[in-house]
Amino acid sequence: MEKKWEEMSADEKQEAQFQKLLEPKDPEGNDLQFQSREAQAAYTTSINRLRDAVQLKNLPDRVPVTIFPNMFPYAYGGITPQEAMYDYDKCVTAYRKFVLDFKPDLPMGAAGPGPGKFFEILDYKLYSWPGHGVAPEHGYQCNEREYMKAEEYDLLIADPSFYFRNFYLPRVFGKLDAWNMLPPLTGILEMYGVAFSFIPFGLPPVQEAYKALFEAGAEALKWAMAVGGIDIELATLGFPSIFGGFSKAPFDVLGDTLRGTKGVMLDMYRQPDKLLKALETITPLMIGLGLGAAQQTGKPFIFMPLHKGADGFLSDEQFRKFYWPSLKQVMLGLIEGGCIPLPAAEGGYNTRLNYLKELPKGKTLWMFDQTDMAVAKETVGDTLCLLGNVPSSLLKLGEPQEVRDYAKKLIDAAGKGGGFIMCNGAFFDEAKPENVHALMDFSKEYGVYK
Amino acid sequence: MSGELVKLLSDLKEPESLAFVEKSLGQGVDPMDLLEEAKEAMNIVGQKFARDEYFIPDLIFSGEILKSIVKILEPHFKKDEGGERRGKVIIGTVAGDIHDIGKDLVAFMLDVNGFEVFDLGIDVPVQEFVDAIKDTGSRVVGLSGFLTLAFDSMKETIEAIDKAGLRDTVKIMIGGGQIDEQVRDFTGADAYGRDAMAAVQLAEGWIGG
Repeated sequence: MEKKWEEMSADEKQEAQFQKLLEPKDPEGNDLQFQSREAQAAYTTSINRLRDAVQLKNLPDRVPVTIFPNMFPYAYGGITPQEAMYDYDKCVTAYRKFVLDFKPDLPMGAAGPGPGKFFEILDYKLYSWPGHGVAPEHGYQCNEREYMKAEEYDLLIADPSFYFRNFYLPRVFGKLDAWNMLPPLTGILEMYGVAFSFIPFGLPPVQEAYKALFEAGAEALKWAMAVGGIDIELATLGFPSIFGGFSKAPFDVLGDTLRGTKGVMLDMYRQPDKLLKALETITPLMIGLGLGAAQQTGKPFIFMPLHKGADGFLSDEQFRKFYWPSLKQVMLGLIEGGCIPLPAAEGGYNTRLNYLKELPKGKTLWMFDQTDMAVAKETVGDTLCLLGNVPSSLLKLGEPQEVRDYAKKLIDAAGKGGGFIMCNGAFFDEAKPENVHALMDFSKEYGVYK
Repeated sequence: MSGELVKLLSDLKEPESLAFVEKSLGQGVDPMDLLEEAKEAMNIVGQKFARDEYFIPDLIFSGEILKSIVKILEPHFKKDEGGERRGKVIIGTVAGDIHDIGKDLVAFMLDVNGFEVFDLGIDVPVQEFVDAIKDTGSRVVGLSGFLTLAFDSMKETIEAIDKAGLRDTVKIMIGGGQIDEQVRDFTGADAYGRDAMAAVQLAEGWIGG
């Protein structure tokens, strides 16, 4: 008899997740119909190759080769980031062309640009996007502010969901401003007084907020159908989608969009105990975020963009105290649930590599940007799978031969014995297509393990 | 000068630094002397940053303490006691890019190291850099950018400075997340720097310490 999910070890859960990837379903739950035998073979080969690279047990047939861009597929497809965000058909058409032309082993999906109209409906203030604060030909960029104030830690710690709904979300979505009038759900207790809690829902500004929310939800659904549909279509052509969801390092949750870089850095000096307590509060939420998404999508790779732990952003002592413990706990929680964390260590991680040795072997896939890949291989090559780190500058400004030279050195250094996936290092908007072709074609040929 | 404030501030002791400044003013210490001590402390902070003993949070925190000190001292200054400046530097994040953390750190380190900084902000149109050079007579320009699109904006900015006949009057440094020697070469800048202290060293080299 098959073991129940709860009874499986982390190893068995991961294996089961790969099995699930190997037996893809269509949205109705039937076996996915591939468009050709070759497509099916390519799909299966890609997943097996990925599994071997991640698990560090068997040598893959060759180095998996992929590319994780930001807005590049859309520029390449001849549309602006604005069009990619507002016209889902155009977005998906450009993305299809990108995948079919460059043939990455592991496409990243078309969710990157996001639904422009949705952001508009809710008056999203956290970002500027094409036509809303940045030019149509440029991608979206974050507006960093102290959306959470220094004195609000106790509120966040006591009830994070209440804090998000009544304080944080009204500040980042203009149309949800009236949510600051909503009652705590945990105050809805018994006959006497129960109706008091519902009075806010009768107030016009709250009702307006909910109207906007319904409209936004419908728009998000429309967009999800488009970007989800292309993932399935490309899978039938042999290109698997592996991304199951996303999560974050708890320190980045606070440092990116709540307190902001400066805010969180000052908190380390002025209110370290509250900061630590908040990190503790956020940790299980980030585990749940990843596990929930993986369950919904049926895909185990959980993308985690890492920011404030990079070289130079924190001292070793600060990293050890404030950044690493909760990040490690999130990753262990995800692994325990059968997921494979895919952290993207933006910037350099050269001074942090020794910490990564604390992770269990063969359970994480790390995207590196400006980290020395030879040193990384040496230090953590038997703990985790490396992915990266072709520079954006090289892809945009270099010549194909320089790209091939870089890829060769990279495979020689990081590809030895498996455990490496060829990819760019940072999420880029612009590149010479011939350079991307050179990277893909050369790596697929040179990266064969003999 | 006792040097106590130098130690307190460079050790990032916020309440102690502020209490010391208050106490000293009460005892009749010249606010200019206290400001000098604060500057010396910031110099030590910069050196520690360059030696990898301090990191970005330490820079930011020292800046916050300094701001509070200056706020306490300001009402006690007589007019025109701004102190001598070492030279003018223009900085800004180039057109299309709205990232400001790196740019702000560079502006801050240049400022505490004695340069007069003209911070043009983010998403700065090419012409504003040209105008600022004409208006201020600055001899150093720093261009910041985080995105790949910034490579082109930097190149266009430098070309515009060239076209305006000002290229020989200024040294141009660039910096940001994905900036390297290849980008420097592409844009035609004179140098690129990895961090805020590199910017200070470049400015010192060009303007003179």
